[in-house]
Amino acid sequence: MVDGGTMPHAVASTRAWVRRNLELRPIIETKHVNFYYGAERALHDVSLAIPADGVTAIMGPSGCGKSTLLRMFNRMYELYTGSRVEGRVTFLGQDLLRADVVALRRHIGMVFQRPNPFPKSIFDNVAYGPRVHGMAKKSALGETVEQSLCRAALWDEVKNRLKKSAFSLSGGQQQRLCIARALAVRPRVLLMDEPCSALDPKASDRIEETIRELAEELTVVIVTHNLQQAARVSDYTAVFLAGGEMAEFGPTEDLFNAPQDQRVRDYLEGRFG
Amino acid sequence: MTDQSRDNRRRRRAIQTIAFSLLGMASVASFLALGVILYFMISQGSGAISWQFLTEFPRKAMTEGGILPAVVGSFYLTLGAIAVSLPLAVASAVWLSEYARRGWHVRLIRIGISSLAGVPSIVFGLVGLAFFVKVLGIGVSVLAGALTLSMLILPVLIRAAEEALGSVPTSFREGALALGSTRWHAVRTVVLPAAVPGIMTGAVLGISRAVGETAPIMFTAAAFYMSHLPQSPFDKVMALPYHVFVMATESPSYWKTKDLQFGTALVLLGLVLTMNLGAVVWRTRARRRKQW
Repeated sequence: MVDGGTMPHAVASTRAWVRRNLELRPIIETKHVNFYYGAERALHDVSLAIPADGVTAIMGPSGCGKSTLLRMFNRMYELYTGSRVEGRVTFLGQDLLRADVVALRRHIGMVFQRPNPFPKSIFDNVAYGPRVHGMAKKSALGETVEQSLCRAALWDEVKNRLKKSAFSLSGGQQQRLCIARALAVRPRVLLMDEPCSALDPKASDRIEETIRELAEELTVVIVTHNLQQAARVSDYTAVFLAGGEMAEFGPTEDLFNAPQDQRVRDYLEGRFG
Repeated sequence: MTDQSRDNRRRRRAIQTIAFSLLGMASVASFLALGVILYFMISQGSGAISWQFLTEFPRKAMTEGGILPAVVGSFYLTLGAIAVSLPLAVASAVWLSEYARRGWHVRLIRIGISSLAGVPSIVFGLVGLAFFVKVLGIGVSVLAGALTLSMLILPVLIRAAEEALGSVPTSFREGALALGSTRWHAVRTVVLPAAVPGIMTGAVLGISRAVGETAPIMFTAAAFYMSHLPQSPFDKVMALPYHVFVMATESPSYWKTKDLQFGTALVLLGLVLTMNLGAVVWRTRARRRKQW
Protein backbone atom coordinates (compact mmCIF):
# COMPACT_ATOMS: atom_id res chain seq x y z
CA MET A 1 0.00 0.00 0.00
CA VAL A 2 2.87 2.37 0.59
CA ASP A 3 4.82 3.02 -2.55
CA GLY A 4 8.57 2.78 -2.04
CA GLY A 5 9.04 4.83 -5.23
CA THR A 6 7.91 8.03 -3.48
CA MET A 7 11.03 7.93 -1.35
CA PRO A 8 13.57 10.64 -2.08
CA HIS A 9 16.56 9.34 -3.99
CA ALA A 10 19.07 10.24 -1.28
CA VAL A 11 17.08 8.26 1.23
CA ALA A 12 16.89 5.20 -0.99
CA SER A 13 20.65 5.13 -1.48
CA THR A 14 21.36 5.61 2.23
CA ARG A 15 19.02 2.75 2.79
CA ALA A 16 20.99 0.32 0.69
CA TRP A 17 24.07 1.24 2.68
CA VAL A 18 22.18 0.93 5.91
CA ARG A 19 20.91 -2.53 5.05
CA ARG A 20 24.45 -3.77 4.56
CA ASN A 21 25.23 -2.54 8.04
CA LEU A 22 22.27 -4.11 9.75
CA GLU A 23 24.54 -6.58 11.46
CA LEU A 24 26.51 -3.77 13.13
CA ARG A 25 26.46 -3.58 16.87
CA PRO A 26 23.09 -2.14 17.95
CA ILE A 27 23.11 1.11 19.89
CA ILE A 28 20.16 0.16 22.11
CA GLU A 29 19.08 -3.39 22.70
CA THR A 30 16.27 -4.92 24.73
CA LYS A 31 16.18 -8.59 25.68
CA HIS A 32 12.97 -10.23 26.85
CA VAL A 33 11.68 -7.01 28.33
CA ASN A 34 8.39 -6.83 30.17
CA PHE A 35 7.08 -3.50 31.40
CA TYR A 36 4.38 -2.95 33.97
CA TYR A 37 2.35 0.01 35.16
CA GLY A 38 1.23 -1.41 38.47
CA ALA A 39 -0.47 -4.67 37.57
CA GLU A 40 -0.98 -3.72 33.95
CA ARG A 41 1.53 -5.05 31.46
CA ALA A 42 2.50 -2.51 28.80
CA LEU A 43 5.29 -4.43 27.04
CA HIS A 44 5.26 -8.17 26.49
CA ASP A 45 8.58 -10.00 26.07
CA VAL A 46 10.13 -7.45 23.71
CA SER A 47 13.53 -8.22 22.20
CA LEU A 48 14.66 -5.52 19.84
CA ALA A 49 18.00 -4.18 18.63
CA ILE A 50 17.99 -0.57 17.45
CA PRO A 51 20.70 -0.17 14.78
CA ALA A 52 23.17 2.62 15.39
CA ASP A 53 22.70 4.09 11.92
CA GLY A 54 19.61 5.70 10.51
CA VAL A 55 16.06 6.15 11.69
CA THR A 56 14.04 3.47 13.40
CA ALA A 57 10.28 3.88 13.46
CA ILE A 58 8.13 2.29 16.15
CA MET A 59 4.56 1.83 14.95
CA GLY A 60 1.39 0.30 16.21
CA PRO A 61 -2.16 0.98 17.32
CA SER A 62 -2.72 3.18 20.37
CA GLY A 63 -2.07 1.41 23.64
CA CYS A 64 0.46 -0.97 22.10
CA GLY A 65 3.27 0.28 24.33
CA LYS A 66 5.26 2.18 21.72
CA SER A 67 5.54 5.34 23.84
CA THR A 68 6.37 3.20 26.86
CA LEU A 69 9.21 1.59 24.92
CA LEU A 70 10.60 5.03 24.05
CA ARG A 71 10.31 6.25 27.64
CA MET A 72 12.16 3.16 28.78
CA PHE A 73 15.18 4.09 26.66
CA ASN A 74 15.78 7.34 28.59
CA ARG A 75 14.11 6.06 31.77
CA MET A 76 11.45 8.76 31.76
CA TYR A 77 9.07 6.07 33.00
CA GLU A 78 10.65 6.47 36.43
CA LEU A 79 8.49 9.58 36.85
CA TYR A 80 5.38 7.46 36.98
CA THR A 81 4.87 5.68 40.26
CA GLY A 82 4.32 1.96 40.10
CA SER A 83 6.17 1.43 36.82
CA ARG A 84 8.55 -1.53 36.63
CA VAL A 85 10.83 -3.15 34.06
CA GLU A 86 11.80 -6.81 33.81
CA GLY A 87 14.56 -7.95 31.49
CA ARG A 88 17.69 -6.38 30.11
CA VAL A 89 18.08 -3.08 28.26
CA THR A 90 21.52 -1.98 27.08
CA PHE A 91 22.92 1.22 25.61
CA LEU A 92 26.21 0.61 23.76
CA GLY A 93 26.45 -2.68 25.59
CA GLN A 94 26.08 -1.12 29.04
CA ASP A 95 23.17 -1.86 31.35
CA LEU A 96 20.91 1.12 30.71
CA LEU A 97 18.59 0.47 33.64
CA ARG A 98 21.41 0.81 36.15
CA ALA A 99 23.33 3.62 34.44
CA ASP A 100 23.59 7.12 35.90
CA VAL A 101 20.35 8.65 34.71
CA VAL A 102 21.74 12.17 34.25
CA ALA A 103 24.54 10.94 31.99
CA LEU A 104 22.16 8.60 30.19
CA ARG A 105 19.77 11.42 29.33
CA ARG A 106 22.62 13.53 28.05
CA HIS A 107 23.41 10.80 25.53
CA ILE A 108 19.80 9.91 24.76
CA GLY A 109 17.72 13.01 24.09
CA MET A 110 13.97 13.23 23.69
CA VAL A 111 11.43 15.25 21.74
CA PHE A 112 7.86 15.07 22.97
CA GLN A 113 4.50 14.77 21.31
CA ARG A 114 3.53 18.35 21.99
CA PRO A 115 6.17 21.06 21.73
CA ASN A 116 7.17 21.87 25.30
CA PRO A 117 9.53 24.84 25.23
CA PHE A 118 10.31 26.37 28.61
CA PRO A 119 8.84 29.80 29.37
CA LYS A 120 12.21 31.35 28.60
CA SER A 121 13.84 33.04 25.64
CA ILE A 122 14.69 31.08 22.49
CA PHE A 123 18.38 31.30 23.38
CA ASP A 124 17.89 30.14 26.97
CA ASN A 125 15.81 27.19 25.81
CA VAL A 126 18.61 25.86 23.63
CA ALA A 127 21.30 26.79 26.16
CA TYR A 128 19.47 24.96 28.95
CA GLY A 129 21.04 21.55 28.38
CA PRO A 130 24.64 22.73 27.94
CA ARG A 131 24.25 24.81 31.10
CA VAL A 132 22.90 21.82 33.05
CA HIS A 133 25.90 19.75 32.09
CA GLY A 134 28.39 22.61 32.35
CA MET A 135 29.36 21.79 28.78
CA ALA A 136 30.10 25.19 27.35
CA LYS A 137 31.79 28.30 28.60
CA LYS A 138 29.83 31.50 28.19
CA SER A 139 31.76 32.45 25.05
CA ALA A 140 31.21 29.08 23.40
CA LEU A 141 27.57 28.87 24.40
CA GLY A 142 26.45 31.21 21.61
CA GLU A 143 28.16 28.98 19.08
CA THR A 144 26.56 25.83 20.50
CA VAL A 145 23.15 27.48 20.36
CA GLU A 146 23.67 28.60 16.78
CA GLN A 147 24.85 25.16 15.65
CA SER A 148 21.95 23.42 17.34
CA LEU A 149 19.41 25.80 15.82
CA CYS A 150 21.01 25.31 12.40
CA ARG A 151 20.80 21.56 12.69
CA ALA A 152 17.14 21.87 13.62
CA ALA A 153 16.66 24.14 10.55
CA LEU A 154 15.42 27.00 12.69
CA TRP A 155 18.40 29.36 12.79
CA ASP A 156 17.42 31.56 9.84
CA GLU A 157 13.98 32.17 11.25
CA VAL A 158 15.07 33.10 14.77
CA LYS A 159 18.59 34.50 14.50
CA ASN A 160 17.35 38.08 14.92
CA ARG A 161 15.12 37.39 17.91
CA LEU A 162 16.99 34.98 20.14
CA LYS A 163 15.99 37.00 23.21
CA LYS A 164 12.27 36.71 22.42
CA SER A 165 10.07 34.28 24.30
CA ALA A 166 9.92 30.76 22.90
CA PHE A 167 6.15 31.08 22.94
CA SER A 168 6.30 33.76 20.24
CA LEU A 169 7.09 30.94 17.77
CA SER A 170 4.55 28.93 15.79
CA GLY A 171 3.82 25.33 16.78
CA GLY A 172 6.14 23.89 14.13
CA GLN A 173 8.91 26.31 15.07
CA GLN A 174 8.44 25.43 18.75
CA GLN A 175 8.88 21.76 17.93
CA ARG A 176 12.06 22.51 15.98
CA LEU A 177 13.22 24.58 18.95
CA CYS A 178 12.68 21.52 21.14
CA ILE A 179 14.74 19.49 18.67
CA ALA A 180 17.50 22.11 18.82
CA ARG A 181 17.30 22.05 22.60
CA ALA A 182 17.77 18.28 22.61
CA LEU A 183 20.65 18.50 20.10
CA ALA A 184 22.54 21.11 22.10
CA VAL A 185 23.91 18.49 24.51
CA ARG A 186 25.18 16.42 21.53
CA PRO A 187 23.23 13.21 22.18
CA ARG A 188 24.05 9.93 20.42
CA VAL A 189 20.38 9.04 20.17
CA LEU A 190 17.31 11.19 19.67
CA LEU A 191 13.98 9.73 20.80
CA MET A 192 10.92 11.31 19.19
CA ASP A 193 7.45 10.59 20.52
CA GLU A 194 5.02 11.34 17.67
CA PRO A 195 6.77 14.67 17.12
CA CYS A 196 4.39 15.78 14.36
CA SER A 197 1.05 14.80 15.82
CA ALA A 198 0.28 18.33 17.04
CA LEU A 199 1.47 20.01 13.82
CA ASP A 200 -0.07 20.88 10.45
CA PRO A 201 1.11 18.97 7.33
CA LYS A 202 3.54 21.65 6.19
CA ALA A 203 5.25 21.89 9.58
CA SER A 204 5.35 18.07 9.68
CA ASP A 205 7.14 17.99 6.32
CA ARG A 206 9.85 20.28 7.62
CA ILE A 207 10.33 18.18 10.74
CA GLU A 208 10.61 15.06 8.58
CA GLU A 209 13.29 16.74 6.45
CA THR A 210 15.14 17.65 9.62
CA ILE A 211 14.92 14.07 10.85
CA ARG A 212 16.46 12.80 7.60
CA GLU A 213 19.33 15.24 7.93
CA LEU A 214 19.90 14.38 11.58
CA ALA A 215 20.02 10.68 10.73
CA GLU A 216 23.35 11.32 9.05
CA GLU A 217 24.97 12.00 12.42
CA LEU A 218 22.93 10.31 15.12
CA THR A 219 20.44 7.55 15.77
CA VAL A 220 16.79 8.59 15.63
CA VAL A 221 14.04 6.47 17.15
CA ILE A 222 10.63 7.81 16.24
CA VAL A 223 7.24 6.67 17.48
CA THR A 224 4.53 7.33 14.97
CA HIS A 225 1.04 6.12 14.13
CA ASN A 226 1.32 7.57 10.68
CA LEU A 227 2.26 4.80 8.22
CA GLN A 228 3.23 7.19 5.44
CA GLN A 229 5.47 9.09 7.79
CA ALA A 230 7.20 5.91 8.91
CA ALA A 231 7.71 4.92 5.27
CA ARG A 232 9.12 8.35 4.39
CA VAL A 233 11.55 8.90 7.24
CA SER A 234 12.62 5.55 8.60
CA ASP A 235 15.21 2.97 7.62
CA TYR A 236 13.91 0.36 10.02
CA THR A 237 10.46 -0.24 11.37
CA ALA A 238 9.14 -2.15 14.34
CA VAL A 239 5.43 -2.90 14.50
CA PHE A 240 3.86 -3.37 17.92
CA LEU A 241 0.45 -4.83 18.58
CA ALA A 242 -2.13 -4.32 21.28
CA GLY A 243 -0.85 -5.94 24.47
CA GLY A 244 2.66 -4.61 23.98
CA GLU A 245 3.99 -7.39 21.82
CA MET A 246 6.42 -6.68 18.98
CA ALA A 247 5.13 -8.43 15.88
CA GLU A 248 7.86 -7.64 13.38
CA PHE A 249 11.04 -5.69 12.97
CA GLY A 250 13.14 -5.10 9.86
CA PRO A 251 14.22 -2.66 7.17
CA THR A 252 11.28 -0.39 6.43
CA GLU A 253 11.15 -1.24 2.72
CA ASP A 254 11.01 -4.98 3.35
CA LEU A 255 8.50 -4.64 6.10
CA PHE A 256 6.15 -2.50 4.05
CA ASN A 257 6.51 -4.48 0.82
CA ALA A 258 6.50 -7.97 2.23
CA PRO A 259 5.39 -8.19 5.84
CA GLN A 260 5.95 -11.66 7.27
CA ASP A 261 3.35 -11.56 10.01
CA GLN A 262 -0.31 -11.74 9.06
CA ARG A 263 -1.22 -9.31 11.87
CA VAL A 264 1.27 -6.77 10.53
CA ARG A 265 -0.22 -7.19 7.06
CA ASP A 266 -3.64 -6.47 8.56
CA TYR A 267 -2.29 -3.45 10.39
CA LEU A 268 -0.61 -2.00 7.29
CA GLU A 269 -3.77 -2.49 5.28
CA GLY A 270 -5.68 -0.55 7.91
CA ARG A 271 -7.81 -3.44 9.09
CA PHE A 272 -7.28 -2.36 12.67
CA GLY A 273 -5.38 0.12 14.73
CA MET B 1 -51.55 17.35 26.07
CA THR B 2 -53.49 16.88 29.26
CA ASP B 3 -54.29 19.71 31.63
CA GLN B 4 -52.51 17.90 34.39
CA SER B 5 -49.17 17.74 32.64
CA ARG B 6 -49.46 21.39 31.63
CA ASP B 7 -50.08 22.34 35.25
CA ASN B 8 -47.14 20.25 36.25
CA ARG B 9 -44.88 22.01 33.84
CA ARG B 10 -46.06 25.42 34.92
CA ARG B 11 -45.51 24.50 38.54
CA ARG B 12 -42.01 23.27 37.93
CA ARG B 13 -41.13 26.42 36.05
CA ALA B 14 -42.44 28.53 38.92
CA ILE B 15 -40.39 26.55 41.41
CA GLN B 16 -37.33 27.06 39.29
CA THR B 17 -37.90 30.81 39.10
CA ILE B 18 -38.29 31.02 42.87
CA ALA B 19 -35.20 28.90 43.48
CA PHE B 20 -33.01 30.98 41.23
CA SER B 21 -34.30 34.24 42.70
CA LEU B 22 -33.41 33.01 46.19
CA LEU B 23 -29.93 31.98 45.05
CA GLY B 24 -29.48 35.34 43.36
CA MET B 25 -30.61 37.17 46.45
CA ALA B 26 -28.11 35.22 48.52
CA SER B 27 -25.21 36.36 46.36
CA VAL B 28 -26.48 39.94 46.30
CA ALA B 29 -26.67 39.82 50.11
CA SER B 30 -23.05 38.84 50.46
CA PHE B 31 -22.07 41.67 48.16
CA LEU B 32 -24.29 44.02 50.18
CA ALA B 33 -22.37 43.06 53.33
CA LEU B 34 -19.23 44.54 51.79
CA GLY B 35 -21.24 47.55 50.61
CA VAL B 36 -22.58 48.23 54.08
CA ILE B 37 -19.13 47.97 55.63
CA LEU B 38 -17.62 50.30 53.05
CA TYR B 39 -20.47 52.83 53.33
CA PHE B 40 -20.37 52.86 57.12
CA MET B 41 -16.61 53.15 57.36
CA ILE B 42 -16.28 55.83 54.72
CA SER B 43 -19.13 57.96 56.04
CA GLN B 44 -17.89 57.73 59.64
CA GLY B 45 -14.16 57.67 59.09
CA SER B 46 -13.32 59.80 56.08
CA GLY B 47 -13.65 63.00 58.14
CA ALA B 48 -10.65 62.05 60.25
CA ILE B 49 -8.38 61.29 57.32
CA SER B 50 -5.83 63.88 56.32
CA TRP B 51 -2.11 64.03 55.54
CA GLN B 52 -1.43 64.97 59.17
CA PHE B 53 -3.45 62.01 60.36
CA LEU B 54 -1.14 59.66 58.49
CA THR B 55 2.14 61.38 59.32
CA GLU B 56 1.84 62.54 62.95
CA PHE B 57 2.09 60.92 66.35
CA PRO B 58 -1.00 60.72 68.57
CA ARG B 59 -1.39 63.62 70.99
CA LYS B 60 -3.19 64.36 74.24
CA ALA B 61 -3.55 60.77 75.47
CA MET B 62 -4.43 59.69 71.94
CA THR B 63 -7.51 61.88 71.66
CA GLU B 64 -5.92 63.95 68.92
CA GLY B 65 -3.20 63.72 66.33
CA GLY B 66 -2.27 60.98 63.89
CA ILE B 67 -1.49 57.32 63.60
CA LEU B 68 2.03 57.30 62.12
CA PRO B 69 3.56 54.87 64.66
CA ALA B 70 0.69 52.42 64.12
CA VAL B 71 1.11 52.53 60.34
CA VAL B 72 4.87 52.03 60.62
CA GLY B 73 4.44 49.31 63.25
CA SER B 74 1.97 47.38 61.12
CA PHE B 75 4.37 47.68 58.20
CA TYR B 76 7.28 46.23 60.19
CA LEU B 77 5.18 43.42 61.64
CA THR B 78 3.86 42.33 58.26
CA LEU B 79 7.22 42.66 56.57
CA GLY B 80 8.79 40.49 59.26
CA ALA B 81 5.97 37.95 59.06
CA ILE B 82 6.25 37.58 55.30
CA ALA B 83 10.06 37.46 55.41
CA VAL B 84 9.88 34.48 57.77
CA SER B 85 6.92 32.63 56.30
CA LEU B 86 7.45 33.01 52.55
CA PRO B 87 10.71 31.02 52.31
CA LEU B 88 9.30 28.40 54.68
CA ALA B 89 6.07 28.16 52.72
CA VAL B 90 7.77 27.91 49.33
CA ALA B 91 10.18 25.28 50.63
CA SER B 92 7.44 23.11 52.07
CA ALA B 93 5.22 23.56 49.02
CA VAL B 94 8.08 22.46 46.76
CA TRP B 95 8.66 19.43 48.92
CA LEU B 96 4.97 18.54 49.06
CA SER B 97 4.23 19.00 45.37
CA GLU B 98 7.53 18.01 43.73
CA TYR B 99 9.26 15.46 45.96
CA ALA B 100 6.98 13.88 48.52
CA ARG B 101 5.70 10.48 47.51
CA ARG B 102 2.25 9.55 48.68
CA GLY B 103 2.32 8.05 52.15
CA TRP B 104 1.00 8.39 55.64
CA HIS B 105 3.62 10.93 56.69
CA VAL B 106 2.77 13.25 53.79
CA ARG B 107 -0.91 12.93 54.59
CA LEU B 108 -0.14 13.74 58.22
CA ILE B 109 1.75 16.88 57.22
CA ARG B 110 -1.08 18.01 54.96
CA ILE B 111 -3.62 17.48 57.72
CA GLY B 112 -1.34 19.45 60.03
CA ILE B 113 -1.14 22.36 57.62
CA SER B 114 -4.88 22.58 57.10
CA SER B 115 -5.46 22.28 60.85
CA LEU B 116 -3.05 25.15 61.35
CA ALA B 117 -5.32 27.22 59.10
CA GLY B 118 -8.23 26.47 61.43
CA VAL B 119 -6.57 27.47 64.69
CA PRO B 120 -8.26 30.59 66.18
CA SER B 121 -6.01 33.63 66.05
CA ILE B 122 -6.18 34.24 69.81
CA VAL B 123 -4.54 30.84 70.27
CA PHE B 124 -1.65 32.01 68.09
CA GLY B 125 -1.43 35.04 70.34
CA LEU B 126 -1.20 32.94 73.49
CA VAL B 127 1.25 30.48 71.98
CA GLY B 128 3.34 33.39 70.74
CA LEU B 129 3.39 34.82 74.23
CA ALA B 130 4.27 31.51 75.83
CA PHE B 131 6.83 30.36 73.26
CA PHE B 132 8.46 33.31 71.52
CA VAL B 133 8.13 35.89 74.29
CA LYS B 134 8.74 33.68 77.35
CA VAL B 135 10.46 30.42 76.36
CA LEU B 136 12.74 31.93 73.72
CA GLY B 137 12.98 35.07 75.81
CA ILE B 138 12.55 37.44 72.89
CA GLY B 139 10.25 39.64 74.92
CA VAL B 140 7.24 41.58 73.67
CA SER B 141 8.66 42.91 70.42
CA VAL B 142 8.35 43.33 66.66
CA LEU B 143 10.25 40.07 66.25
CA ALA B 144 7.96 38.03 68.50
CA GLY B 145 4.88 39.52 66.83
CA ALA B 146 6.24 38.89 63.34
CA LEU B 147 7.05 35.26 64.21
CA THR B 148 3.56 34.75 65.63
CA LEU B 149 1.93 36.29 62.55
CA SER B 150 4.11 34.17 60.29
CA MET B 151 2.68 30.99 61.87
CA LEU B 152 -0.79 32.36 61.21
CA ILE B 153 -0.26 33.01 57.50
CA LEU B 154 1.91 29.98 56.81
CA PRO B 155 -0.97 27.73 55.71
CA VAL B 156 -2.34 30.42 53.39
CA LEU B 157 1.04 30.77 51.73
CA ILE B 158 1.72 27.05 51.50
CA ARG B 159 -1.60 26.40 49.86
CA ALA B 160 -1.12 29.24 47.37
CA ALA B 161 2.40 28.08 46.54
CA GLU B 162 1.32 24.46 46.14
CA GLU B 163 -1.47 25.53 43.83
CA ALA B 164 0.95 27.66 41.81
CA LEU B 165 3.41 24.78 41.48
CA GLY B 166 0.63 22.38 40.59
CA SER B 167 -0.49 24.59 37.71
CA VAL B 168 2.94 24.44 36.07
CA PRO B 169 2.52 21.92 33.22
CA THR B 170 4.16 18.51 33.69
CA SER B 171 5.64 18.88 30.22
CA PHE B 172 8.04 21.54 31.56
CA ARG B 173 9.37 19.10 34.13
CA GLU B 174 9.62 16.31 31.56
CA GLY B 175 11.47 18.60 29.17
CA ALA B 176 14.04 19.53 31.79
CA LEU B 177 14.49 15.98 33.08
CA ALA B 178 14.84 14.59 29.56
CA LEU B 179 17.80 16.94 29.09
CA GLY B 180 19.48 15.29 32.04
CA SER B 181 18.78 17.84 34.74
CA THR B 182 18.13 16.56 38.25
CA ARG B 183 14.73 17.01 39.84
CA TRP B 184 16.07 19.82 41.99
CA HIS B 185 17.65 21.61 39.04
CA ALA B 186 14.40 21.33 37.08
CA VAL B 187 12.47 22.79 40.01
CA ARG B 188 14.92 25.63 40.49
CA THR B 189 15.35 26.65 36.86
CA VAL B 190 12.01 25.86 35.25
CA VAL B 191 9.19 25.03 37.65
CA LEU B 192 9.70 27.67 40.34
CA PRO B 193 10.19 30.61 37.94
CA ALA B 194 6.96 29.61 36.20
CA ALA B 195 5.15 29.52 39.54
CA VAL B 196 6.37 32.91 40.80
CA PRO B 197 3.26 34.95 39.86
CA GLY B 198 0.98 32.52 41.70
CA ILE B 199 3.26 32.43 44.74
CA MET B 200 3.43 36.22 44.90
CA THR B 201 -0.35 36.51 44.72
CA GLY B 202 -0.52 34.19 47.72
CA ALA B 203 2.06 36.32 49.49
CA VAL B 204 -0.01 39.46 49.01
CA LEU B 205 -3.08 37.69 50.39
CA GLY B 206 -1.00 36.52 53.34
CA ILE B 207 0.19 40.07 54.00
CA SER B 208 -3.33 41.42 53.91
CA ARG B 209 -4.37 38.73 56.37
CA ALA B 210 -1.46 39.52 58.70
CA VAL B 211 -1.91 43.28 58.67
CA GLY B 212 -5.48 43.06 59.94
CA GLU B 213 -5.00 40.61 62.82
CA THR B 214 -5.19 41.88 66.39
CA ALA B 215 -5.20 38.83 68.61
CA PRO B 216 -1.82 37.36 67.60
CA ILE B 217 0.04 40.61 68.29
CA MET B 218 -1.89 41.67 71.39
CA PHE B 219 0.43 39.85 73.82
CA THR B 220 3.48 39.50 71.62
CA ALA B 221 4.26 42.84 70.03
CA ALA B 222 1.74 45.58 70.50
CA ALA B 223 2.23 48.66 72.63
CA PHE B 224 -0.53 50.87 73.97
CA TYR B 225 1.39 54.00 73.06
CA MET B 226 4.91 54.72 71.82
CA SER B 227 6.49 58.12 71.70
CA HIS B 228 9.02 56.98 69.09
CA LEU B 229 9.16 54.61 66.15
CA PRO B 230 10.65 51.16 66.85
CA GLN B 231 14.45 51.28 66.74
CA SER B 232 15.19 47.55 66.65
CA PRO B 233 13.37 44.23 66.21
CA PHE B 234 13.28 43.98 70.01
CA ASP B 235 11.20 47.13 70.45
CA LYS B 236 7.48 47.05 71.06
CA VAL B 237 5.33 48.60 68.35
CA MET B 238 1.96 50.14 67.84
CA ALA B 239 -0.16 48.55 65.13
CA LEU B 240 -3.30 49.65 63.31
CA PRO B 241 -5.81 47.01 64.47
CA TYR B 242 -4.56 47.12 68.05
CA HIS B 243 -4.69 50.91 68.01
CA VAL B 244 -8.39 50.79 67.13
CA PHE B 245 -9.00 48.22 69.84
CA VAL B 246 -7.16 50.26 72.44
CA MET B 247 -8.88 53.52 71.59
CA ALA B 248 -12.29 51.85 71.68
CA THR B 249 -11.89 49.93 74.91
CA GLU B 250 -9.04 51.05 77.07
CA SER B 251 -8.61 54.74 76.52
CA PRO B 252 -9.88 56.68 79.53
CA SER B 253 -11.85 58.96 77.24
CA TYR B 254 -12.91 56.60 74.47
CA TRP B 255 -15.96 58.66 73.51
CA LYS B 256 -13.67 61.50 72.42
CA THR B 257 -11.83 59.27 69.96
CA LYS B 258 -14.74 57.99 67.90
CA ASP B 259 -13.64 59.80 64.73
CA LEU B 260 -10.05 58.67 65.20
CA GLN B 261 -11.18 55.07 65.68
CA PHE B 262 -13.17 55.09 62.45
CA GLY B 263 -10.38 56.92 60.66
CA THR B 264 -7.83 54.32 61.74
CA ALA B 265 -10.14 51.46 60.85
CA LEU B 266 -10.76 53.03 57.46
CA VAL B 267 -7.01 53.25 56.80
CA LEU B 268 -6.66 49.59 57.76
CA LEU B 269 -9.60 48.57 55.60
CA GLY B 270 -8.25 50.59 52.70
CA LEU B 271 -4.87 48.88 53.01
CA VAL B 272 -6.34 45.39 53.09
CA LEU B 273 -8.80 45.96 50.26
CA THR B 274 -6.15 47.59 48.09
CA MET B 275 -3.83 44.64 48.60
CA ASN B 276 -6.58 42.12 47.87
CA LEU B 277 -7.63 44.01 44.78
CA GLY B 278 -4.00 44.28 43.71
CA ALA B 279 -3.59 40.52 44.11
CA VAL B 280 -6.68 39.87 42.00
CA VAL B 281 -5.55 42.24 39.26
CA TRP B 282 -2.04 40.78 39.33
CA ARG B 283 -3.36 37.24 39.09
CA THR B 284 -5.65 38.12 36.19
CA ARG B 285 -2.83 39.80 34.31
CA ALA B 286 -0.42 36.95 34.98
CA ARG B 287 -3.05 34.51 33.75
CA ARG B 288 -3.54 36.49 30.56
CA ARG B 289 0.20 36.76 29.96
CA LYS B 290 0.70 33.08 30.63
CA GLN B 291 1.42 31.38 27.35
CA TRP B 292 1.03 27.74 28.20
